[in-house]
Amino acid sequence: MPLDDATYRYTLPGATGEWEIVIGLEVHAQVQSNAKLFSGASTEFGAAPNTHVSLVDAAMPGMLPVINKHCVEQAVKTGLGLNAQINSFSRFDRKNYFYPDLPQGYQISQFQFPIVGEGEIVCERDDGSRFTVGIERLHLEQDAGKSIHDLDPNATYVDLNRSGVALMEIVSKPHVRSPQEAAAYVRTLRTIVRYLDTCGGDMEKGQMRADVNVSVCRPGQYEKFRETGDFKHLGTRCEIKNVNSLRFIMQAIEYEARRQIDIIEEGGKIDQETRLFDANTGVTRAMRSKEEAHDYRYFPDPDLLPLELEESFIENIRVNLPELPEAKRKRFVEVLGLSEYDASVLTADKDRADYFEAVIAGADAKLSANWVNNELFGRLNKEGFSITESPVSPVQLAKLVSLITSNVISGKIAKDVFEIVWAEGGDPEQIVESRGMKQVTDTGAIQKVVDELIAANPEQAEKVKVKPQTLGWFVGQVMKATGGKANPQAVNEILRKKLLDV
Amino acid sequence: MSVTEDDVRRIARLARIAEPKDRVAKLTGELNGILAWVEMLNEVDVDGVEPMTTPVSTPLPMREDAVTDGEIPEKVLKNAPKAEEGFFVVPKSVE
Repeated sequence: MPLDDATYRYTLPGATGEWEIVIGLEVHAQVQSNAKLFSGASTEFGAAPNTHVSLVDAAMPGMLPVINKHCVEQAVKTGLGLNAQINSFSRFDRKNYFYPDLPQGYQISQFQFPIVGEGEIVCERDDGSRFTVGIERLHLEQDAGKSIHDLDPNATYVDLNRSGVALMEIVSKPHVRSPQEAAAYVRTLRTIVRYLDTCGGDMEKGQMRADVNVSVCRPGQYEKFRETGDFKHLGTRCEIKNVNSLRFIMQAIEYEARRQIDIIEEGGKIDQETRLFDANTGVTRAMRSKEEAHDYRYFPDPDLLPLELEESFIENIRVNLPELPEAKRKRFVEVLGLSEYDASVLTADKDRADYFEAVIAGADAKLSANWVNNELFGRLNKEGFSITESPVSPVQLAKLVSLITSNVISGKIAKDVFEIVWAEGGDPEQIVESRGMKQVTDTGAIQKVVDELIAANPEQAEKVKVKPQTLGWFVGQVMKATGGKANPQAVNEILRKKLLDV
Repeated sequence: MSVTEDDVRRIARLARIAEPKDRVAKLTGELNGILAWVEMLNEVDVDGVEPMTTPVSTPLPMREDAVTDGEIPEKVLKNAPKAEEGFFVVPKSVE
């Protein structure tokens, strides 16, 4: 499928004609690090409340922030992974607002001068077609603590363990055109940060969360916006805060677009506002405190000097960048000769790609791709295991695949061996040896079986001479008689010679 | 630059301090006095001068990514008006 297929269109019907959606996303990705952005407290998830908190994170008077170098490196690394401009000068600003889980009364963020500027990534739709999404910026900021509202009907409980953990806010351009594309974009971001080891990407643990900006417009308006860069061609947008799963992102967009269309078609006007998505009811609603929501009174944080990066600091990260999913996918197709589909499936997740690469260190790539994608993934899905929980190791699978390519066992027997390795473990070579599962390639032995079968089934043999396609019946009988161990190619050859004289 | 009485009420609300009802007029006058005084700086010609946010010219000091702090919940919670089971307990605040 061509990149940026111009024929892709997602429209919503309305009483007055068709509508299109324009979406931009702000994804908050927790930086993978041991300690927090500005303190030495641990970032570990799931600890007892308020244990991973330093006096800096609790905003005790007089405490000063000192930046974690690794978090800066992670942001630069992610920026490079997004094919983005790295800014050698950036600065931390205070974003002022009050909330019980924000003890400072402000969040240290980067407003005017972010560490990463414009970039772009290639994403894949469900049908395999691809599209590019522009990245507006990436900046570093502190995460807030966690408010728990359901422990007490009259009180909110606050845990500051998350307070001060480094976040990368990744802001896309409004280049996303459907709920499915929004999910594909977030999925791609997750794959990239997981390849880079800069974020765990686990949405259930809150390691990635999205704010979704949605507006609707008439067909043709978006193209005018892309040509001119002028937002006046687009509709008024609403921001849906903190949506925490791919399914909810899609649901929230669908609901919100429909809501906006209904308002406009009834002659109303969209207010630019911040809304919340309720996962239980599937609807979005305006935040109550909206009149103050956008007055953050940013100003440079006087506790922190500007962040200036040497060219060598950036270069050092650039040269050590791992292979990214898009490059890996291309290599799998162009160098290893895999199909586009196999390459996409194998590279969609870093753990899968790592597993596959460990297998092909000792076995044929194409056949390994087949086995990993079909047998292994099929079995893992059935049992609800992730690839890292696979009972069959890459070394075991590589040995199994090699036994097929070297004609020691047939693909059919290999499935039996796979089951044994899955259930009992062990070395596939030894299993095949000790349980007598080796393929019979000895033509004499096969010939003997064939002769016996022909003698016992003369009518069937006559039939083959008239209808050669019934040869399969004999193939099946030979396989049955040999317990599936006869080499199918040899069986076919011998049968054809005997019965068809070819 | 100057502020109106409405601005003063708004600033108070954003800072989460009680609206200084009977003092709004007085505060507006005082704040405008301060702003007018600061406006003296407008007399300086800053054409072509980069905005400066710090007088310090050393690079930003950085820390290694090591856990060196925390694990002091009793200290963290010590000044909390109310705490329970390791949590701060605050008035219900849910959107």
